Amino acid sequence: MHLRIKYSKLGKVRFTGHRDVARLWERALRKAEIPVSYSEGFSPRPRVSFGLALPTGAESIAEYLDLLAPRDLDPAEVLASVQAALPAGFGVLGVMEIDKASPSLQEDVVACTWEFGLREITEPELCEAVEATLAASELPLERSRKGATRVDDVRPTIDTLTVASSEDGPVLHARLATRPRGMRPGELLEVMFPAVPDTGELAGRVLRTTQLIERDGAQRDLFPPDAAVAGHTNAVCA
Amino acid sequence: MTSQHPQSLWSQLEPLLSKVQKPARYIGCEDGAIVPAYGPGKVSWLLTYPDTYEVGLPNQGLQILYEILNERDDAVAERTYAPWTDLEELLRARRVPLFSVDTHRPAGDFDVIAFNLSAELVYTNVLNCLDLAGVPVRAEDRRPEDPLVIVGGHAAFNPEPLADFIDVAVLGEGEEVIGELNEVIRDWIASGRTEGSREGVLRELSKVPGAYVPSMYEVEYDGPALMAVTPRYPDVPATVEKRTVADLAEWPYPKRPLAPLTEVVHDRLSVEVFRGCTRGCRFCQAGMITRPVRERPADQVRTMVRDGLKRTGYDEVSLTSLSTADFSGIADLVSGISADSPPDLCGQTSINLPSLRVDAFTVGVAAGVGGARRSGLTFAPEAGTWRLRQVINKLITEEDLYGAVESAFSQGWTRTKLYFLTGLPTEQDVDTLGIAELARNCVAIGKRHTNRASVTVSLGGFVPKAHTPFQWFGQNTVEELRRKVDLLRDATKKAKGVQLKWHDPRASLAEGIASRGDRRIGRVIQRVWEMGGTFQEWGEHFRVARWEEAMAAEGLSPDWYVHRHRTEDEVLPWDHLRAGLHKDFLWQDWQDALAESGVEDCRWTPCYDCGVCTGYGIEHVVASPIPPAGGSQGTGQDLARGGEIPVQLAVGRRGPAVPVGGD
Repeated sequence: MHLRIKYSKLGKVRFTGHRDVARLWERALRKAEIPVSYSEGFSPRPRVSFGLALPTGAESIAEYLDLLAPRDLDPAEVLASVQAALPAGFGVLGVMEIDKASPSLQEDVVACTWEFGLREITEPELCEAVEATLAASELPLERSRKGATRVDDVRPTIDTLTVASSEDGPVLHARLATRPRGMRPGELLEVMFPAVPDTGELAGRVLRTTQLIERDGAQRDLFPPDAAVAGHTNAVCA
Repeated sequence: MTSQHPQSLWSQLEPLLSKVQKPARYIGCEDGAIVPAYGPGKVSWLLTYPDTYEVGLPNQGLQILYEILNERDDAVAERTYAPWTDLEELLRARRVPLFSVDTHRPAGDFDVIAFNLSAELVYTNVLNCLDLAGVPVRAEDRRPEDPLVIVGGHAAFNPEPLADFIDVAVLGEGEEVIGELNEVIRDWIASGRTEGSREGVLRELSKVPGAYVPSMYEVEYDGPALMAVTPRYPDVPATVEKRTVADLAEWPYPKRPLAPLTEVVHDRLSVEVFRGCTRGCRFCQAGMITRPVRERPADQVRTMVRDGLKRTGYDEVSLTSLSTADFSGIADLVSGISADSPPDLCGQTSINLPSLRVDAFTVGVAAGVGGARRSGLTFAPEAGTWRLRQVINKLITEEDLYGAVESAFSQGWTRTKLYFLTGLPTEQDVDTLGIAELARNCVAIGKRHTNRASVTVSLGGFVPKAHTPFQWFGQNTVEELRRKVDLLRDATKKAKGVQLKWHDPRASLAEGIASRGDRRIGRVIQRVWEMGGTFQEWGEHFRVARWEEAMAAEGLSPDWYVHRHRTEDEVLPWDHLRAGLHKDFLWQDWQDALAESGVEDCRWTPCYDCGVCTGYGIEHVVASPIPPAGGSQGTGQDLARGGEIPVQLAVGRRGPAVPVGGD
């Protein structure tokens, strides 16, 4: 049976990396006594696959994993037992059965939405940066990968940018495409605030809010609310 | 949204963590972490491992004391580890002090900062952690309100090089003594920690058996020679005896093993199956200072494994000890643990036996360990020839080793690692070159089973340690160690399937200075730290020049402290600190070593009167009076009995977490 689990990652545990999260999920599944199929071969691994990596330091209310179980399981029971086994800060938001032929998370997701809690920036400054960014016909960004640097135009990956206010300051909402090459939330701040030397300090909070797929020419949430057993975010680690 | 403790530094730390490598090592939040219950009348302890989180988190001693203290109603304990240099730089720049990982409290707010010392090269990190905590590094500069600085662990058996910086060193096992220390400290805090009272509490602490308070002792020198270490007051004991837990069954800790959220060096469950080792390897400090052997009942081991796996979700368990294959009924235990693994669930439990001997392990056990993962096995012959193995009392024959390697490769392993020491007493070039021959022969055996067979030789430079028969031996110079490494490098260069890795001989010099030093070495450690020499176990941060400069600046000679042979009549810096072993027993064992004469394991043969059992009124706790099957380790057992091939995978000595130097 193929199951897709949606989960949140909030609070201090945002500093765990993608590989850390994979390891702690494996442990949580064993603690919860959820049977998981194993790969064949010299070094068998549990058949669990994770979606697009969340940058270390970012929080999320829209993380996903797929797992293969050797027998049928009740999604509601999976949700309750896994939730009890996860460390504080991780919450199971939903569990649904998926078709065996479903495309993988990595293949399917076309865009993600993000929320940035910004500090040291006023709302008018943010609005100005949003307008300038959206008005630009191209946005060159120097990136390095495997030692080679190249300049990409990242303008096509910015779908939408909007501004909201909160008690803690201005909030930026962004929808960023994941292809041809996904734009990291940190990179968005780099292109939006070219004059700020260390944009890493600007974002008090980076939160992934949804992951979107495309069906019949329209984008929709990867996890339709009617198709899943729903949970809630968990207490964070104090 | 997160409720922070009022004293928490989290809001100051959080922006820094986005800028450092592996920030998850600073967040705490582990499975098994205890929410500290602060309250009036409680002594707060910050248990500190003075190396990185990845190295320190799995440390069992620290986890045990963390639980025992938090179970008390008059104590509370949190943990911290040495921050990596990138975070240290940010902490210093922004004036944020060292913090606990549990609730991110400032380290200087704790009543006690207690360090676990598992090796000597971490000493400069102890100073650095204190400094980052805002605590004066020298004990004499501390005020009543400053934390008490306590050290324990194997390296604390010669704490003299740290005497200037610590308030108390604890010798031996901590389970019982930590409560006794806590009571003294609790009463002192209740009395208001008045001006001048620090000396008083230290004097009280010096009366707790196992606790050594360096400031309560005078040291006399005559030129370079140490003449005496004597108590300053009549009520301070002249000698301090180590503490030993008589029955491990009474201490089934950790009950809530810590499972970290980020990868650490031993990322699996650990269950300690016994303490102590009487194999009598003469180079091995751990084997000498942890006597006698005390086994945990097999049923308790099984329960701890079952509960620990359930709690943590790990699928791998290490059965830890100094020589796990010597555990009575190890084969039954291994099959019992396998039988306990839940059938339907995510794969099979892997059982890991980290310290096994070549001569005490049957093919049945070999088949049971490793579970699904069967990549590498480690064996520790330690020396290249039988003659030298008799000198060091590692009585395993070539046949033992070949039998073990045969079993391993026949059971599906493809890589083996062989641990050796160079710079051992009486070592000749023929001994060093013998290592290459053993390695080549092991590869040849492996090739009969798999084309992928390979053997990695890991070569460490021998550093003599306190409380061992080799404590009088003059350590090889850097040049001599390097010559031997080169000799072996040439001999293995053309050997297919043999890889050589070696420990930096310069790091062995620094370790030698710190291992058998007296109090004068404290100034050297402080200078090395002031020159920026932290994380000395890490090759990228180690510079021998700092140690050489510091020795020269203090007018101290490496030859005097490290390279000369010490004499029977001289006062050793740790003579007033006792691991229970009679000094004349150690001297006799040293003489036997020079005569190339081995001694048998006293667990299964008559007593040699080393002094530990008789002196402390304790005994070996061993479920079976019969030595393990197979093996020539002085057990008189025939290796060649049909069907039972002795295997082993094991070490008594641990290398540094990240080897310094090597290829």
